Amino acid sequence: MDKKIKESIEQEINSNDVHLFMKGTPLFPQCGFSSTVVQILTYLEVPFTTTNVLDNEGIREGIKEFSNWPTIPQLYVKGELMGGCDIIKEMFENGELKEIFENENLLS
Amino acid sequence: MGMTKDELFEVLNNGLSESVIEIQDLAGDNDHYAVKIISNKFRGLSKINQHKLVYDVLGKKMGYTLHALSIKTEVPKE
Repeated sequence: MDKKIKESIEQEINSNDVHLFMKGTPLFPQCGFSSTVVQILTYLEVPFTTTNVLDNEGIREGIKEFSNWPTIPQLYVKGELMGGCDIIKEMFENGELKEIFENENLLS
Repeated sequence: MGMTKDELFEVLNNGLSESVIEIQDLAGDNDHYAVKIISNKFRGLSKINQHKLVYDVLGKKMGYTLHALSIKTEVPKE
């Protein structure tokens, strides 16, 4: 993976508490899975930032290599990969996701 | 591109032997499936590592040959 891509990914992940690599933007998600995660974060009222991987092919492929996770979206909390749509949905439904945000004082 | 339900089952079954594998075809286009896998191989793994195990079994197919796969993993009850 290109060094600049890696640095850009690391910079996004480490300088934002809750960061979502997604297809599209929160207002205009370009994929159902990305849209679901945006809705969950919005519902929980947790501030989050996003990267639209469709804007940069290098990031779109680099993030998969970076995290050894082959799909988009990918949610990072405090620099750690939480998972993709399935896991975030499951954690939301069983209350685990809200608990993590509360423990990390991330809820607004 | 895409994979048939049988092809997907074969890949998963080869990689995760002695597991219960249920596949649901979501769109009938060989590209959108939901799978539920119950396997002892998941015991002791975090949810994310359980899913990574499934992705490892699928290898390069995931995201290239197969577009969308919804995954649910479970450990068999004792």
